[in-house]
Amino acid sequence: MTDIRNFTLNFGPQHPAAHGVLRMILELDGEQVERADPHIGLLHRGTEKLAETRSWVQSVPYMDRLDYVSMMCNEHAYCLAVEKLAGVEVPERALYIRTMFDEVTRILNHLLWVGCHALDVGAMTMALYTFREREDLMDVYEAVSGARMHAAYYRPGGVYRDLPDRMPQYEVSKWKNAKTVAAMNENRQGSLLDFLEDFTGRFPKYHSEYHTLLTDNRIWKQRLVNIGVVSPERARQLGFTGAMLRGSGVEWDLRKKQPYAAYDKMDFDIPVGVNGDSYDRYLVRMEEMLQSNRIIRQCITWLKANPGPVMSDNHKVAPPPKADVKSNMEALIHHFKLCSEGIHVPEGEAYAGIEHPKGEFGIYAISDGANKPYRLKIRAPGFAHLAAMDEMARGHMLADVVTIIGSQDIVFGEIDR
Amino acid sequence: METMTQFGIGIFGATLWPFVWTLLKIIAIIAPLLLGVAYLTYAERKVIGYMQVRIGPNRVGPLGLIQPIADGLKLLFKEVVIPSGANKKLFLIAPMLAFAPALAVWAVVPFNDTLVLANINAGLLYILSIGSMGVYGIILAGWSSNSKYAFLGAMRAAAQVVSYEIAMGFALVVVLMVSGSLNLSDIVHGQQQGIFAGMGLNFLSWNWLPLLPLFIVFFVSGIAETNRAPFDVAEGESEIVAGFHVDYSGMAFAVFFLAEYAEMILVAVLTSLLFLGGWSSPVGFLPDSIFWLLAKSAFMLLFFLWFRATFPRYRYDHIMRLGWKVFIPLTVFWLLVVGVWMLTPLNIWHVQKTGDRGQGTEIVNRAAPASAAMESAHTLPARSLQTGTEH
Repeated sequence: MTDIRNFTLNFGPQHPAAHGVLRMILELDGEQVERADPHIGLLHRGTEKLAETRSWVQSVPYMDRLDYVSMMCNEHAYCLAVEKLAGVEVPERALYIRTMFDEVTRILNHLLWVGCHALDVGAMTMALYTFREREDLMDVYEAVSGARMHAAYYRPGGVYRDLPDRMPQYEVSKWKNAKTVAAMNENRQGSLLDFLEDFTGRFPKYHSEYHTLLTDNRIWKQRLVNIGVVSPERARQLGFTGAMLRGSGVEWDLRKKQPYAAYDKMDFDIPVGVNGDSYDRYLVRMEEMLQSNRIIRQCITWLKANPGPVMSDNHKVAPPPKADVKSNMEALIHHFKLCSEGIHVPEGEAYAGIEHPKGEFGIYAISDGANKPYRLKIRAPGFAHLAAMDEMARGHMLADVVTIIGSQDIVFGEIDR
Repeated sequence: METMTQFGIGIFGATLWPFVWTLLKIIAIIAPLLLGVAYLTYAERKVIGYMQVRIGPNRVGPLGLIQPIADGLKLLFKEVVIPSGANKKLFLIAPMLAFAPALAVWAVVPFNDTLVLANINAGLLYILSIGSMGVYGIILAGWSSNSKYAFLGAMRAAAQVVSYEIAMGFALVVVLMVSGSLNLSDIVHGQQQGIFAGMGLNFLSWNWLPLLPLFIVFFVSGIAETNRAPFDVAEGESEIVAGFHVDYSGMAFAVFFLAEYAEMILVAVLTSLLFLGGWSSPVGFLPDSIFWLLAKSAFMLLFFLWFRATFPRYRYDHIMRLGWKVFIPLTVFWLLVVGVWMLTPLNIWHVQKTGDRGQGTEIVNRAAPASAAMESAHTLPARSLQTGTEH
């Protein structure tokens, strides 16, 4: 009498498709998945607890490191929560800059997603194509904040500084001669907005390249269609947000339903899926990139026409201009208080959720009136998505698990926090 | 040649000399082959690099040309880690078992009219039988590693190679039907006759045109047999990490790598020999030469790389479906078509044949429909068996 048992496979945490540190215990019947048990916590850094011992502004860079592929969106939710608590008005130009960079971030995130998703499914070239475009957007990040990833650009009360007038340039090196460098720098001669405008002009062409490589590819469709189907009802029950929810056919987008920043003035559409499978989620995210491109263009037009302050003039929250600090007693006091104690936020609690590239990213902050939060809770969209892994993967094959992980767009920085 | 033989007999004696001479010929085939393997990896990285808007290796030596040597040296100096749970003997035998057939197959491959190690009559049969030995290396590797990923990879590889072998075999049956020989040199010669060859347009007389579906099936099966993208589920990086060779390191890994690339070159050369006229030149006014064989093989190799840069990976069951439900019925059907075609007055192969070769074709002609029917009957239970076990 043979004892036939299922095959238990320890998928990750060191696995090429684990998207960081996903560890999953898969119970396999042959190649078929009987049960998928995702384990979390390998990237836990205690961000929520750390925030309790940092002043309100000091936690902004921690937000970058949550979902480390959509940095500025995380900051945005945090800043919104603080602004709500402190009752700070944000200048309109800062709202537009935030909108623009949220969309730049969305494209960054979705580019990484489509590249890695395709890589997981076996199409290696996509990852390199999308990284070509990411490079340009990373340069935009660099130009505006000095950092290519962890920008720390948004602050409670606005953004850290206005958009720069020049872009960083490539330099001549042993490997690139003056002519090559001149060609590479050609679209970097103007301001950041000019460069970004040039990018938005080029992007639809790149985007159609991705469609050519993947969308109608038979193998791609065989791998994605009807894989990981989630019905609209079930998607709601599971707490799905963002593209995961829209892929199932639920029209829900915080940018439209609860507009923040300058989204109420933007003209864009929400793509919605029909079948709720991986392919629909793929199409939804692909279309979102084009919509983001549209929003960026609208922001650029507005920003070019409307100069103005980008930081609140409430110096209880935002630091006064450096020149004033040298000459003005009150500004000096503000500067001193802000740099030593930080912001004092009145007692209360606030929740701010934004339409993050992955779904609804929320910050729930409780203040006891001190210069740091009493409690900070982060609502990570990926957490709810990962929780549905078992349900989505059950009955599929091992290779489909990889597809599903890809289509969930998981980043462990935010799930493990 | 004569003086060389005399010289060799002078040194080694008449009994030992043929043995030494054969060894020398083997080295003359294997050394360029291994060099070709090394530079195929370089070509792959360069070609895919350019397809992926990057440059590829360009640091070691001029244009990065020393890169394969550097890679080889690196792997050579690395420790071959043997996992504690592995069966040591099988673990070390497996790479050799994968590599040896990949080299042995070359014994019957003709490079031009005279340049062949063993011009045996059952050449095609030899290639089929030795070529399919390689999968044992893969199975053993996956099994002896005592790793679940490697085991899954081995199971996938075994199933895949076995199924595509059949489609490949059927494609070859048609080729030998139309050429009336299992000898690779004869198959190449057979392709150099025909209406178009008479007009000086040799490339239209080659097998690829009348046997176009089989040409495609054969090449795609070849890709699947060598476990290359998009059929690389046996080592599907994103699913089972590296599949059967996940626990191999250093030279043991390199040997698997060499075997894979040697088999790629083999499939390309075979495709050129069987369907693209081997060493014969595409137009009448240019001389036949080994150069044509190499050029055609390089062209076919380009497809290997191109596919890898373009396609996502098939899922395991889709590969099985493609093999059993598309390729095998297609080849069997084409076998019938060609069999019937050869019996009609429109037969393009029969007319051109002369002398003893014509007789050979006739024998095949008579046997063809019968064997086709027999073989298709033979596959039916196998197919239903496969569909039964799929779920």
